[in-house]
Amino acid sequence: MNNKENLYQFLLRCSDDNLIAGQRMAEWCSNGPILEEDLAMVNISLDLLGQSESFLDYAATLDTMGKNADDLAFGRSEREYFNHLLVEQPNGDFAVSMVKLLFFSAYQKELYTALMSSKDERIAAICAKAVKEARYHYRHASDWFERLALGTDESLRRLNDAIVELWPFTENFFEMDNAYQALQAENIVPEMADIRKKWLSNIQEVFRNGEVDLPGDVHMYSGGINGYHTEHLGHLLCEMQYLHHAHPGAQW
Amino acid sequence: MDTVENMSPELLAFEARLAKDEVIEPKDWMPADYAKTLLRQISQHAHSEVIGMQPEGNWVLRAPTFRAKKILLAKIQDEGGHGLYLYSAAETLGMDRSQMIDQLHEGKAKYSSIFNYPALNWADIGAIGWLVDGAAIVNQVSLQRTSFGPYARAMVRICMEESFHQRQGYEIMVRMMRGNEAQRQMAQDAMNRWWWPALMMFGPHDKDSAHTQQSMKWKIKRQSNDVLRQRFVDKTIPQAHFIGLNVPDPDLKYDEETKSYQIGEINWDEFNQVIRGNGFCNHARLSHHKKRIGKESGYVRLQLHTL
Repeated sequence: MNNKENLYQFLLRCSDDNLIAGQRMAEWCSNGPILEEDLAMVNISLDLLGQSESFLDYAATLDTMGKNADDLAFGRSEREYFNHLLVEQPNGDFAVSMVKLLFFSAYQKELYTALMSSKDERIAAICAKAVKEARYHYRHASDWFERLALGTDESLRRLNDAIVELWPFTENFFEMDNAYQALQAENIVPEMADIRKKWLSNIQEVFRNGEVDLPGDVHMYSGGINGYHTEHLGHLLCEMQYLHHAHPGAQW
Repeated sequence: MDTVENMSPELLAFEARLAKDEVIEPKDWMPADYAKTLLRQISQHAHSEVIGMQPEGNWVLRAPTFRAKKILLAKIQDEGGHGLYLYSAAETLGMDRSQMIDQLHEGKAKYSSIFNYPALNWADIGAIGWLVDGAAIVNQVSLQRTSFGPYARAMVRICMEESFHQRQGYEIMVRMMRGNEAQRQMAQDAMNRWWWPALMMFGPHDKDSAHTQQSMKWKIKRQSNDVLRQRFVDKTIPQAHFIGLNVPDPDLKYDEETKSYQIGEINWDEFNQVIRGNGFCNHARLSHHKKRIGKESGYVRLQLHTL
């Protein structure tokens, strides 16, 4: 692959993380445990969709077939999606959704901060805006983590279940493939080991505040960025792309 | 019947204030029935905003473009926000939100019957914004002058957002009507199913309306059901015709003299059936809301006020 293709690949990865996480968050719309939290989750979803669109708009300028952001979002199959595995996991209950958001927003916060000094100016500009949103999402999720951790027996039990379920998907964020390494050599993307270190220190702090232990060594899943996904993604795309499959070529 | 002789000085003063179009505030003296009527109406309005999130939420995951998805999410978020203002306005009358929600779940409080109809295709999202929010605005613009201050102020803000909702709904209908044959069919199908329920939103004819007279006397309600319905009809039918939608009313007539449309008879049996709980979605909407606020999420609410 040449560098243009590598960049295209990376933009899709960033976009797909946001789009899939945003779609999952939108599942809470009209389903939140209380009105205020329903609105907060819809807000987060809107932020993520906006970020996804920014990355896809950029990717579309590199697309050789002249596709736009909507074509890319609604026209690719699951093997052509490159998001990390964590974001496609089902919402489960509120605790699962908040732990998922915590792990994801901590990653985004650190990645975007580093990307603000990317040699690619457009990426740097997108991330300078997006990092503010990621910080807010992180604050929201870490507040809830603490509340649930220090709350009742039930809230702690649900939080622990969520951690056990989601922790094995976290190492996936820091995988580097050849395309990524080629961009790194050009100073377009940061060293993932650094991002991982910062991510872990954020997570350690939140767990410490909640008096919850970090999970021990468990098997970590790999994939997503190579187009191989868990079974959940296909269902999510089925729903999201339904009108495009039912009415090919229609303009909305 | 109240006569000046048997009215208390407080009641006389209250009625004098209403006569001068003064705004009544929560700490002011008010007749118990005035407060009761308002609480019923405002909490019903709040519940309607929140239950109304469901039929639209039903399409948010299938919205066909980034733009459509973002607009729909923002719109549903607005509706939730309206619910919050209105619950707060109602709370000034002495009942808290959780009690109002209990009343909803027990069937003692109602929400607008319109949300007991299903949202079946993407054009329904257009029809809900254009017709349902369109009908709501006509009513709410009138309520900006309602006599109870917190309700009137909530309406001012809500109307601004609703007029945006109505435009986005109409925009979807325009796009669908300019689209392919299947899209035009979806739009007409949505029109056929939502037109009459939207007209029913204004409530029974004035001669059959149980609450209208007293509410108008108290200036809670400023214009009658039939007056508001006619305003909506005259505003909306030209919009339908402009994009090529048929109005599903074989008896519809245009009166050249009054420059006004005369609609056919509304099916009040259907209206009463839905109010009695026999609409297509009555059970689903309420059980969804009970589940959302139910035991499975109680552990979250317990932690709301910590930290």
